[in-house]
Amino acid sequence: MMNRNCRATLRFLKRSHHQHNPSLLPSATTPSSQFTSVTGFDENFTQLQPNIVEHQDLSFFNPLRNFLKNKQLGIGIQHRCYGSMGGVVQRSPRFSELNDDDVRYFEEILGNKNVIQDEDKLSAANIDWMHKYKGASKLILQPCNTDQVSQILKYCNSRCLAVVPQGGNTGLVGGSVPVFDEVIVSLSSMNNIISFDKVSGILVCEAGCILENIMSYLDNEGFIMPLDLGAKGSCQIGGNVSTNAGGLRLVRYGSLHGSVLGVEAVLANGTVLDMLKTLRKDNTGYGLKHLFIGSEGSLGIVTKVSILTPPKLSSVNVAFLACKDYSCCQKLLQEAKRKLGEILSAFEFLDSQSMNLVTNHLEGARNPFPTSLHNFYVLIETTGSDESSDKQKLEAFLLGSMENELVSDGVLAQDISQASTFWRLREGISEALMKAGAVYKYDLSIPVENLYNVVEEMRSRLGDAANVIGYGHLGDSNLHLNVSVPQYDDKILSQIEPFVYEWTSKHRGSISAEHGVGLMKANEIFYSQSRETVQMMTSIKNLMDPNHILNPYKVLPHSITS
Amino acid sequence: MKIMVTIKRVIDYAVKIRVKPDKTGVVTQNVKMSMNPFCEIALEEALRIKESGLASEVIAVSMGPSQSIDTLRTGLAMGADRGIHVEANDSLYPLSVAKILKKLVEIEKPGLLILGKQMIAGLLNWPQGTFASKVVLDKEKQVVTVDREVDDGIETLSLNLPAVITTDLRLNQPRYATLPNIMKAKSKPIKKYTPEELNVEIKSDLEIVEVTEPPKRKSGVIVSSVDELIDKLKNEANVI
Repeated sequence: MMNRNCRATLRFLKRSHHQHNPSLLPSATTPSSQFTSVTGFDENFTQLQPNIVEHQDLSFFNPLRNFLKNKQLGIGIQHRCYGSMGGVVQRSPRFSELNDDDVRYFEEILGNKNVIQDEDKLSAANIDWMHKYKGASKLILQPCNTDQVSQILKYCNSRCLAVVPQGGNTGLVGGSVPVFDEVIVSLSSMNNIISFDKVSGILVCEAGCILENIMSYLDNEGFIMPLDLGAKGSCQIGGNVSTNAGGLRLVRYGSLHGSVLGVEAVLANGTVLDMLKTLRKDNTGYGLKHLFIGSEGSLGIVTKVSILTPPKLSSVNVAFLACKDYSCCQKLLQEAKRKLGEILSAFEFLDSQSMNLVTNHLEGARNPFPTSLHNFYVLIETTGSDESSDKQKLEAFLLGSMENELVSDGVLAQDISQASTFWRLREGISEALMKAGAVYKYDLSIPVENLYNVVEEMRSRLGDAANVIGYGHLGDSNLHLNVSVPQYDDKILSQIEPFVYEWTSKHRGSISAEHGVGLMKANEIFYSQSRETVQMMTSIKNLMDPNHILNPYKVLPHSITS
Repeated sequence: MKIMVTIKRVIDYAVKIRVKPDKTGVVTQNVKMSMNPFCEIALEEALRIKESGLASEVIAVSMGPSQSIDTLRTGLAMGADRGIHVEANDSLYPLSVAKILKKLVEIEKPGLLILGKQMIAGLLNWPQGTFASKVVLDKEKQVVTVDREVDDGIETLSLNLPAVITTDLRLNQPRYATLPNIMKAKSKPIKKYTPEELNVEIKSDLEIVEVTEPPKRKSGVIVSSVDELIDKLKNEANVI
C-alpha cells in the first residue's frame, strides 16, 4: 500500500539532492522485503544497503495501521495510532537485544527497585501523551544520580543497547517514547532542587524536577520560571531543556538558550560533562551547553540544569480581546510591542473555530463575548512592578486600540480567577482537541504577515472533511495548526502532508517552531534545513554518539541514524 | 427605586495567604488586591435587577483607604451608576462599617441593600435574607422573594421592601468588565465622605491578639495490615 507521504518525501529528496551524496537518501530494498514493525521484533532483519533510488516506486507496507487501528487497551482507552512514519522505520540491526545478564547488571548498579519490568508501568511509558506512538520497550531504568546514569550509558554503549531518555513524556512528536525495544532511562527519580541563590535568582536542580513543582518552590522565594507551558504539571525541566521548549512567556523572557546558564550531561559512552555553571557571563571556549538544548536527547542525557529565574513581579494583568480579521491582530501586535513595551509578557491568538471547540468540549469554558460573533481573539498579558501604572498603561492602550478599530470588543480581568479563566480558553485548546476526536497537529514558524494564510488554504483544501483550527504564540510568529477529524484517515493525511511542509518551506518558515522533530518529522527536516547543515549535524552525532544508541530513529533522517 | 451595593477591596482570593512573622496580621505588601467575590455577586444581582427595569440606579459603596477607589472603578465598569467612597485608613471592624452604612442609607434612601457578607439589618430594622441563591423582586407589591441556602436545604422568604440581602456563591455568575464600559466608567461620579462627616465614631471594641496559621496537615500513612491500623488508632490517634 502506497504511503503517499513517504513517496512525496522521496521525490522531494530526489529533486534537491544529487546522486553523489548517497548517505542522505533513505536506503531502500526491493518492495517485497520492505516492511515495518513498531510493535516488536520481526523475524527478518533485512540488511539495508545504501542504494541510490533512481526510478523505483517503493511500496511501503504499513502493518501498524492494520494491527493497531481499533485495538483497545485493557483499561478501555481507544488506541489512536497512525503512522506517517510507520511506513519507513525499521529496527536497526546494529542494536543488540536485551538479555537477562543486562537486567542483572542494571539491578546491581541501581538496586532492584529502580529496574522496572512491570507490565502496567511499561505500557504507560511506551506510549506518548497523544496516544499516537507506541513502543515495545521491556525495561525502564530509574537512576537516582548522575553517576548511575553514567554507568548505565557506559554499559549500554559497550553492549550497543539503544536507549530512550524519558522525562515527563509530554512531547508531541513521538520523541519521548521508544520506537522498538529501546531501554527507557527515566529521569523521574532525580528530582532534587540543589541550590537557589536569592540574590541572583539562579536555580540549580536535577533534570527530573517537574516544572510546576519548581514554579511553586520559586513562588515561595519570590521568583518565577522563564518558561510556562500547558504541560507544566507533568513535564520535567530536563525534557524542557533537551527540547528547547518555548511556551507562553517566550515573548518576554526569551528562549532557553538564553536562560539556561549551565548543563550537566552524560554522553553516550558514559562521560560526564560538567558544564553546570552559575555564571551569567562566561566566554571561555565553545558554548557546548547549547548542543544539549534542543537536541532532544540524541547527543547526551541532561542530568542537571542551572537556570536564571526572573523575579516575580506583583502586577499581572490579562486582557481578552476580539478582532474582526487577522490583519487587525497583526497591527495590534505591533502596537502592543510599542505601547506596552517592557511590561508585555504574553501575546496569544486564537481563531473563532478554536473558540468554538474549547467552549463546546471543555467544562465551564465560556466565551467572554457571548452575544456577538468574532473572527479572532487575542489574549494579552502584562507583568510589571507597579499595579496602578501598569493598569493605566494597559487601559490606555486598549481604549486607543478600540478607537482605532483594531479591537472590536474586549474584557479586562479584574482578579486572578478571571485571568485564569481567560488563560484556560487558550491553554485548553489542546485538551479540547483530544476530546473532539483525532487530531493532526502542526507547529510552524511563519512570518507574521502570512501566518494565517496556511490555515485558510488548508481549510479550503479539506472542506467539510475536517475542522481546521489555528491558534498560537502570535508574539513569536508561531502558529499551531491543528486539523480535527472524527478519526484518523490517510486520505485526509495525504491532503495535509506534504502540502503543509512545502508551504512552510516556500515561505522560509520552520516545520517545527517549538515542538521539536522527534520521530514525527525526522525525515522532514530537509524542509527547514539545508543539506550541508544536516551533514554537519550528522558529523556531530557521529562524534558524540558513534554507536547511535541515544534516542535512535529521531531528530535526524532515518537513513543517517540506522 | 435605588439599590445600594457595598464593595470591599480584599486580597485576591486566589492568592496564597501568608501570616506576618510578628503574627499581627497577614502579609498585604505587594499582594494582589481585588474585589471580594461575594461583593461581585452582589453587584451583579443589583445590575440584573436594574436591567430588568425594576430599579432606577445602582450605587456602589466602598470604605477604606484611597486604593478602594480602584475597586469602585471596577464596580462602575461592571455597570454601577455612581460610587461612594468613605475614606478610612485604619482597619474597620464590622460594627463600624454597619454604622457608616446606616448613615449612608439615611442619606440615599435605597429600596434594596445588597451586600456580600455584612451585618446591618439590625441597625436599620429592615428585614433580611442572607445566603441568597435566588432573588425575585415584585415592584408592585414592594416585596422581594429570596431563596436562602441553609444547612438543611433551601428556605424561601418573602420580605417587604426596603430589605437587606446578602449573597451566596450560587446566586449568579458576575459579568466581566468590558472595554466600552471601562471607558464609560471614567466619567461616572464618585462621592467622597469621611466617617467624621457622617458623625460616626470609629472605635473598635475588638483587639486582635494574635494571627497564626492553622496547624499544618500531617501527611497520611499507609498501613500494611489491619492489626497495624488498630494499633495506630489505639495508640497514636487515641480514638479507640
